[in-house]
Amino acid sequence: MLSAKTKASNKVIFVVLCIVAVAILYPLLFILNNSFKGKFYISADPFSLPTGETFAGLTNYVNGLIQTGLLSAIGWSFFITIISVILLILFTSMTAYYITRVKSVYATVLYYMFVFSMVVPFQMVMFTMTSLADKCHLRSPLGMCVLYLGFGAGLSVFMFSGFVKSIPLEIEEAAMIDGCNPLQTFFGVVFPILKPTAITVAILNAMWIWNDFLLPYLVIGISTKYKTIPVVVQMLVGSNGNKDMGALMAMLVLSIIPIIIFYLTCQKYIIEGVVAGAVKG
Amino acid sequence: MEKTLKRYFAVFTLPTVIAFAFAFIIPFAQGVYLSFCKFTTVGNATWVGLDNYKAAFESGQGFTSALGFTAAFTVISVITINLLAFTIALLLTRKVAGTNVFRTIFFMPNLIGGIVLGYTWQQMINAILYRYETTIVSNAKYGFWGLVILMNWQMIGYMMIIYIAGLQNVPTELIEAAKIDGATPWQTLIKVKVPMVMSSITICMFLTLSNSFKLFDQNKALTDGAPMKKTQMLALNIYETFYGRTGYEGVGQAKAVLFFIIVVAIALLQLSFTRSKEVEQ
Repeated sequence: MLSAKTKASNKVIFVVLCIVAVAILYPLLFILNNSFKGKFYISADPFSLPTGETFAGLTNYVNGLIQTGLLSAIGWSFFITIISVILLILFTSMTAYYITRVKSVYATVLYYMFVFSMVVPFQMVMFTMTSLADKCHLRSPLGMCVLYLGFGAGLSVFMFSGFVKSIPLEIEEAAMIDGCNPLQTFFGVVFPILKPTAITVAILNAMWIWNDFLLPYLVIGISTKYKTIPVVVQMLVGSNGNKDMGALMAMLVLSIIPIIIFYLTCQKYIIEGVVAGAVKG
Repeated sequence: MEKTLKRYFAVFTLPTVIAFAFAFIIPFAQGVYLSFCKFTTVGNATWVGLDNYKAAFESGQGFTSALGFTAAFTVISVITINLLAFTIALLLTRKVAGTNVFRTIFFMPNLIGGIVLGYTWQQMINAILYRYETTIVSNAKYGFWGLVILMNWQMIGYMMIIYIAGLQNVPTELIEAAKIDGATPWQTLIKVKVPMVMSSITICMFLTLSNSFKLFDQNKALTDGAPMKKTQMLALNIYETFYGRTGYEGVGQAKAVLFFIIVVAIALLQLSFTRSKEVEQ
């Protein structure tokens, strides 16, 4: 039971938390608000609500979409993220299963290389990886998916193998005795047990691949039609001198909307996944 | 069973290993080699020994000043993020109304990508500074504190979730016992709660440390190093050395190796620290 004193202090805490919540939401509301204002009114009075004169309707959204092709970028971001995550879940769970169950030099070396790769900062391989991707014709959305499989492999294999270790061998042996080959055993028996880890791995990878800027910027570049959302946003702001502030605000809003929808629908899994990833990583 | 699985090594491991080789193993090996070479593309390298490493420390290269900026930024961010996140976690574990809604809101910024976040905050900060007829790129102090605020805004929710999980695992009997013994709320916090969530504190310290130290997207979007590269962090400095002007690729690669060594040193320090804590318990 809460005492009267606790109730009073909880009221104070509630007010403090409300203030923090406003501070957290404010930057997002700020760009949302300004995305509806005429582009010449934004810098003069960025904090007021759009009124009759300054209200621009959806002009900024239309202009921004024409200037940037953000819609196609959203499409390519979805394509690359989804394909990469599917490849990662499928192949790294198989690899993790193999290197956990097989005791050989190959498996051990591989395991430590995956763990090692998690520590190495991207800048270390940035230049050489880009030129290798160029040579091997990986400068395409599908090539990007292959690279993401390679970059995501470290954390994914590490998390899967941590879980495989806890699965009792007897289940697999029973399947083998019943005449399953290793592939049937893996997909019929082991993979279903790995599902919670697979969700965690999928969420962690989806988050960084969706938001990743440098890899698509360097590998696919800015002169193709395969640009992803962060690349388009960077181009809109970074390149030209005469910025269309209205279009910028509108494009920032459109870039954030898919993430918010994803978050609100899978919130439980995302928070659990991120905590699990943090504790294990 | 192990023997049958061994024969399937190609199916189970090769897809991941090939992608991993393209994305990590080959570029990493090339990167280490090229840090001792002069080159403009991977193909035309000539051995120059330690020249690149010597050049990296010349003051015109901006590496040492970027290291100083990065270190200062990291220290301030780690302290502020963890203090604020821990405080909010304490407030949210007191059964205040709307706890779940607050948790959802506070965690949200963590999902938004660095580039989009960086430009959102650039617009916000510039809107405020506009009243004083200045911008974020006119003074390195604005850029520094802008980055600190941005990083806090993005990471507090994430760390808060980890701290909440830790605080919820503190047995209530311990806190009750402390109360009966006449401990003040402050004493309960310092002598009971903090030691009990030490593992969460280590995880959060490490996550904020490595995320702040390796920061790139937010730095690129918010200030891009301006004014005069004074707000340039290490990752951005390396990027600029590679792609800013030709002829310095070797120096860039040497800097990347140094960056990698520092990151590994931090990780090892962290690992040994965690191990020693585990022994104590």
